[in-house]
Amino acid sequence: MAYHYQAKIYVTLRPSVLDPAGVAVQSGLKHMGYDNVEQVRIGKYVEVTLSAENEAAAKEQLDRMCDQLLANPVIENYRFELTEQIAV
Amino acid sequence: MKVGVLVFPGSNCDRDIAMVTRDVLGQPTRMVWHEDRDLGDLDLVIVPGGFSYGDYLRCGAIARFSPAMQATIAHADRGGLVLGVCNGFQVLTEAGLLPGALVRNQGLHFVCDRVGLKVERANLPWTNQYQAQQVITLPIAHGEGCYYADTAILDELEQHQQVVFRYCDAKGATTLESNPNGSLNNIAGICNRNGNVLGMMPHPERAADAFIGDTDGLALFQSVLTSAVGAIA
Repeated sequence: MAYHYQAKIYVTLRPSVLDPAGVAVQSGLKHMGYDNVEQVRIGKYVEVTLSAENEAAAKEQLDRMCDQLLANPVIENYRFELTEQIAV
Repeated sequence: MKVGVLVFPGSNCDRDIAMVTRDVLGQPTRMVWHEDRDLGDLDLVIVPGGFSYGDYLRCGAIARFSPAMQATIAHADRGGLVLGVCNGFQVLTEAGLLPGALVRNQGLHFVCDRVGLKVERANLPWTNQYQAQQVITLPIAHGEGCYYADTAILDELEQHQQVVFRYCDAKGATTLESNPNGSLNNIAGICNRNGNVLGMMPHPERAADAFIGDTDGLALFQSVLTSAVGAIA
């Protein structure tokens, strides 16, 4: 039997990679008066729903999807949260 | 020399390249649709500029998995010549044919300009019609052309002389001011260890016909032709 899962995947630039868009947003916040913002980093959020035999199999597949396509390991890190979807 | 130019949905410099190889240089050239997988007849495969598959997710990320790119990887592994220009360079890094990645320009602006480039080495199939350390001018047009790699990879690139083109000023100095996008080490183009795969952000095909102005890019195509003819002779 297959279970349905939803993955919330967060792809972020590796800390060593300059994020000029983040820097621009930080300066925008500063102009608005938020002098206390120390850093802004902009990433991507991807939702994937999938069916799999169990949670471990789903996680293994998601790791591969992220390594192969959703994130570029040269410049990005990723993490994801997995929740089981209950059929209605 | 038979040339193939890959065409992805969203490619927009494909015909510019064919115009140079077919019309200016008179070499048989065919367009390779992204679903084609037979490149056996080609000497040179070119991955052109544009926005492959809309550049959704990341520049070049989806193109990597196309049948035509799988065949291009096999062609490169056999020692065949592969040139990636602009989006094509991004595709080659995503495909793992070249190290590193191209990220958002440091200044955040899309840059459309003519820049100085130093030709670091003239002993490649791509550069034998230039002089080593020659300063040339080529057009650029990109939003994500900032070359990034970690320190270990950068050291390795420098050590093996894989940096082929560097942004520079008119005197050949690789200054901060002459770097249009924040690329590490002013890198504008690199090759793989064997030298048969070249990726570059500037557009040599847009400077290869006196009719439209500059011709500093023509020598790159003539270099490939010279080395191909040499290989046959």
